[in-house]
Amino acid sequence: MDVILFTFFALVAIVGAVSLVLQKHPISSALSLVSVMVALSVLFLLLGAEFIAAAQLVVYSGAIMVLFVFVIMLLNAGAERESRKGGLAQFLGLPLTAILLVFASYVITQSMSNAKAVKFGAFTGGGPREVGWELFTRYLLPFEVTSILILIAIAGAVVLARKEID
Amino acid sequence: MIEFWLIPVVMMLVIVGLFPPIAGYIVLVERKVLADMQVRLGPMRVGPHGLLQPLADALKLLLKEDIIPRDSDKGIFYVAPILSMFTAFVAFGVVPFSEQFRIADVNVGLLVISALGSVGILGIVLGGWSSNSHYPLLGALRSSAQLVSYELAMGLGLVCGVMSAGTLSMVQIVRNQQTQGVWYVFDNWGAMAPAFLIFFIAAVAETNRSPFDLPEAESELVAGFHTEYSGFRWALYMLAEYGNIFVVSAVSVTLFWGGWLRPFPSVGWLEVPLNYGVPFLLFAGPGIASIVLLAPKLKYAPHRYGMLVVGGALTLVGAILLIPAVNAVAAAPFWFLLKVAFFLYVMIWFRGTFPRYRYDQLMDIGWKVLIPLGLGTIALNAVVGMI
Repeated sequence: MDVILFTFFALVAIVGAVSLVLQKHPISSALSLVSVMVALSVLFLLLGAEFIAAAQLVVYSGAIMVLFVFVIMLLNAGAERESRKGGLAQFLGLPLTAILLVFASYVITQSMSNAKAVKFGAFTGGGPREVGWELFTRYLLPFEVTSILILIAIAGAVVLARKEID
Repeated sequence: MIEFWLIPVVMMLVIVGLFPPIAGYIVLVERKVLADMQVRLGPMRVGPHGLLQPLADALKLLLKEDIIPRDSDKGIFYVAPILSMFTAFVAFGVVPFSEQFRIADVNVGLLVISALGSVGILGIVLGGWSSNSHYPLLGALRSSAQLVSYELAMGLGLVCGVMSAGTLSMVQIVRNQQTQGVWYVFDNWGAMAPAFLIFFIAAVAETNRSPFDLPEAESELVAGFHTEYSGFRWALYMLAEYGNIFVVSAVSVTLFWGGWLRPFPSVGWLEVPLNYGVPFLLFAGPGIASIVLLAPKLKYAPHRYGMLVVGGALTLVGAILLIPAVNAVAAAPFWFLLKVAFFLYVMIWFRGTFPRYRYDQLMDIGWKVLIPLGLGTIALNAVVGMI
């Protein structure tokens, strides 16, 4: 059952990602991205990371994608026209992609050669309590630094968006 | 072993099958209550006192012509209402109607509900955008801005409750209220009440209900994001809206008002008067009243007999609830549904009372009032809760 679910949602994620690139219209691309995010959150759930799965849904498929769609609608972006393909990309695109994929998989298998296969349901430390505990003890400094970084970004956005006052 | 999967499956079927007619009757209640507030009668023709109106409406919606604008984005136009309804219905999966009657006890239940709520926004936004028409687009823009802003305030309200409960599981939250001996709205020497108010106001905005129904403001935007929808697709949007209202009320009941617990759950001698008396009075009282008072006044014979049947059925339900075996099972969901019904009524009450806010007022309330207040109540509850 777990393997079936995993295969299905992994396929959804990959198809969504490919369709994100292939779609002509920005809104369709954004929708594809939503399906990728939802599939990813189900994959997290399958691995036992309940909190991350729910946070993935709230933050990415919810807030961020709604803002994406909002901006696309606000800018009234239409369907894209296909630009003339460069000669080099036409001939070298596919082979280079294949080489990159092979290389990446080689590096990953080499560096993770002693990793064990994941067992579904074996991991139980994914609840909100465990995540919160780790965040506020072991990873306290990175957590606080990240929050200050985000605060700076928010302040920057406010400054940039404010009307000039003479 | 059978019970392990039987109850969730039956609950799923019951919710999917029964919620559409229940939503129809919520609409009827809404029309009747609003009519009463405006000193009118409301629907009176179909069935005794309009009791069959939802069936007539459903039939009308099913048979209506399905109009799809020529220049709309067809695929998204089809998907958007389904997305809306899907997220609203999935949220029912983590709502505990009682200790036994629930589909799933997820250990991040509250987060699941808010996640589904935030994905549900996409249904509204995409529906408005794909119609390729001005009013729906404006409605969609408004709704996305509104929902994103109020989600934050709603989350702040939820955090206060979760701080008392110490868990995100909907079932465990109610159990903790039982062991701690307090409904969380009365917790922390009253510091929790403002948290509930913030949550509830934000929830009203999240479900696009009046006075925050800017996305479908009929006086300026025709019908907002669903202007171009008709027939069954429009019905899906309505179903999603009432589903969301129900879920939001269920969350406030679960987190703040003791879920399926009766009032004073730890006071033993109140069990018989509350668990037996209240359901009996609530069902048999109106039942007998409609037989004695309402039915004789109806001049049209089928309506009169219909009213007698309805009154008889209500009285019968009240009597059945007096059987101890039934009562032991039904009392908890009864209290849950009674509380949810109260909040549904409050939302209708809001609609009959408050005029719609202007767009800038809406944003002010969200960002300048609710969010600072929410942060303040979190700090207050954290301090008071620690004492």
